[in-house]
Amino acid sequence: MPLSSPCQYGPVDAVKPIVELEGATVRFGAFTALDGVDFRMFPGEVHSLMGENGAGKSTLIKAITGALPLESGTLLIDGDPVTFPTPQAAQRAGISTVNQDVDLLANMSVAENIWLGREPRRFGLVDNRAMRHQAREVLNSLAVDIDPASILGGHSLAAQQLVAIARAISVDVKVLVLDEPTSSLDTDEVAELFRVIRDFKERGVAILFVSHFLDQVYEICDRVTVLRDGARVGEYLTTELLRIDLVQKMLGRDVAEFAARERVIEPDMPADPFLSARGITSTPGIADADVDIAAGEVLGLAGLLGSGRTELARALTGVDRPEDGILRIENREKRLNSPRQALSLGVVYSPENRRTEGLVPELSIQENIVLALQAQRGVMRRIPTARQRELVISWIDALGIRPADPDRKVRTLSGGNQQKVMLARLLALSPRLLVLDEPTRGIDVGAKVEIQNLVGDLADNGLAVVFISAELEEVLRVGDRVAVLRNGRVAETLPADSLNADILLALVAQPDLPEA
Amino acid sequence: MKIVKHRLFWPAAALVTLLIINTIANPNFARVTLQDGQLYGNPINILRESAPLMLVALGMTLVIATRGIDLSVGAIMAVSGAVALTILDASENPGGLGSVAVAVVVAVLVGLVLGVWNGFLVSVLGIQPIIATLVLMLAGRGVALLITGGFITTVNSAPYKFIATGYLVVLPVAFFIWVAAVVIVSVLERRTALGMLTEAVGINPEASRLAGVRSRGIIWTAYIASGVLAGIAGVIFASNTMAADANSAGYLIELYAILAVVLGGTSLMGGKFSIAGTVIGVMTVQALNSAILFLGVPPAQAPVFFAAVVIIVVLLQSPRVHSYGRSVGQLLGVGVKPTREDKKEVAA
Repeated sequence: MPLSSPCQYGPVDAVKPIVELEGATVRFGAFTALDGVDFRMFPGEVHSLMGENGAGKSTLIKAITGALPLESGTLLIDGDPVTFPTPQAAQRAGISTVNQDVDLLANMSVAENIWLGREPRRFGLVDNRAMRHQAREVLNSLAVDIDPASILGGHSLAAQQLVAIARAISVDVKVLVLDEPTSSLDTDEVAELFRVIRDFKERGVAILFVSHFLDQVYEICDRVTVLRDGARVGEYLTTELLRIDLVQKMLGRDVAEFAARERVIEPDMPADPFLSARGITSTPGIADADVDIAAGEVLGLAGLLGSGRTELARALTGVDRPEDGILRIENREKRLNSPRQALSLGVVYSPENRRTEGLVPELSIQENIVLALQAQRGVMRRIPTARQRELVISWIDALGIRPADPDRKVRTLSGGNQQKVMLARLLALSPRLLVLDEPTRGIDVGAKVEIQNLVGDLADNGLAVVFISAELEEVLRVGDRVAVLRNGRVAETLPADSLNADILLALVAQPDLPEA
Repeated sequence: MKIVKHRLFWPAAALVTLLIINTIANPNFARVTLQDGQLYGNPINILRESAPLMLVALGMTLVIATRGIDLSVGAIMAVSGAVALTILDASENPGGLGSVAVAVVVAVLVGLVLGVWNGFLVSVLGIQPIIATLVLMLAGRGVALLITGGFITTVNSAPYKFIATGYLVVLPVAFFIWVAAVVIVSVLERRTALGMLTEAVGINPEASRLAGVRSRGIIWTAYIASGVLAGIAGVIFASNTMAADANSAGYLIELYAILAVVLGGTSLMGGKFSIAGTVIGVMTVQALNSAILFLGVPPAQAPVFFAAVVIIVVLLQSPRVHSYGRSVGQLLGVGVKPTREDKKEVAA
């Protein structure tokens, strides 16, 4: 199967890819995580995998490292088709992975961590001396000065990250997969890591570097593959791909129908905001963010992954406690210490991961919808069964939740219907401010348009809405104003009418200028 | 087919099978006689003797529903029994109704205080339940010994003895006590929102927090309930023996309670719980114990016999075993087609 890529050039024609994935498809139930994806890596090259949350990056990594089987498609190593039944099999073939969260044992020594599961043995017993000696050699080859006998947990995250890499390369490594290796490192530590990566590159190792930091991708990577919604958008050389084009390819464009909304003409900053936040700081994620939201408007939050959009939403709704900043609700200063307190002020939040943070999958539609209302009324004042039924049926009708069976377990619903249940729970509280974090991610186009329209209706009825989406066009369509987030700060807030997707894209992707 | 789908079907089927096998092995097993307006016989003994385990398992069900576990219930029983008998022993009139009432109330209050302590460790300090309750499991018997001064306190008190061995109308008092506890707990859980909120917290604590559920109070309530119920169980146990034995009161009952909860179909992963299931689970454990005595299994072999039956009962309830059973049935051409729901359960 030929690569249907806009970019066909390898580094040199003679160099053959060491890893090749052809038409890889992975499904989880009804959800297609990878859809006929082609992918290749060359020796001596740093390759980046780019895409928003849910684009299929992790799935692709799992597919080439033996952590997930392919439903269809072929994996070729050095041109030979292979299947890895386990990650260990992939490792034996020279493919090593360093995962996003350092998955090492903090209470064991550095050397033990490096050799865990394949300790050098002598007379059947673990040979500690040889283990430490060999660990030192591996660490030396990384030019890292860490005592192999020391306890791992005592080291900085960066050092632990390097130990994880040492573990990964302690076998004869041909392909090194680094999944978000820099997410918890500071600038100097990143430089140290990049030195190690460049060293591997010289030795002819193929490196997959997954990061959502564009600067780092452009600094270290030769080649980038962009994924969106489980499909490959294309493969490009970083030197030939403008930053803004990369972002556009990651975010994509949506063509679904949307009922145009009569926009209220708003000044840049509403004179009388329902909620007003100043200097909100919450590490990691947001630093000194300002935002105003008025009743009756939809404020779109646009920003790349890692720009702080979710962190801002969580800080505004009492889910996370910001370290600094002032929050005013209807001109009165408030400290939100818990979601419960925010809910009582009419500030409600629909989380990004609705399955893990929003819904209670084993409970019914009815129980999920009444949960927050019941929690507010307190344990003793149970909402009478008949009243619960009535309420739930009215929300099922209003939002078109299917199947329209209040007793159905939420686990069995589609993504779009799960999101509607989440919305029904929040709307049943008669909120004043609705903060929606990626409410349309992973749901089908029909449900997506329904939710977009619903958001418009709610704002028309006087609700203040914050709408977060990775899709810029969606933010523009739904939002009255758009706040652009970059590096944890609200860089600017503009009326949606004054923007188009290209301008917004440029704003979102712009590298932040050094402080004046 | 619908009845097979009910989540109490397999627990109930296991219990009924056990009873039938016992009755076939020895028809006297099921014999109940009426003497002086009081019912006697093995089934009645099971109802009477299951009271302590029933009370403890009831509390355990609530704790397990919050994703927790309470290992201290046996120790709480020892403490509350020691408190009750020590008060009676010290009173001028151990046979008086007043002193018995004081002894019982104080003993149950002690159970409540210990439950508050467990709940504090778990819900406020965030200590893992198994560790938090282990503290009291180990220390509690020491406290009980302290209370009794290291002796096995024995008391003569007819009204106190009545709690475990007396009869009301035709049935034992202890039976009425646990039935009342089951009814009260069921009503509290299902007529207030406690049941639903407990399940929500047990299944998805973070989602519950975001929905504004006060999970601290809910988890705390479960441990308090467990403490109170263990306190009552301790009173009944002490009443049965009329001796405060700090070492043997409630010995290993925490493990039998966990077993009963699981046999009743409540998952140790927390969340969905069934009080009716726990009642069935306790009856199963109790019927099994009774069968061991009644059928004359030699004491040395009793634990093995018990374990073997438990394994069979657990296997009977396992969805995975059901699906194997179904495939075998299909091979033989007699089976039912597995539904999607079942497949999911197996996959999970």
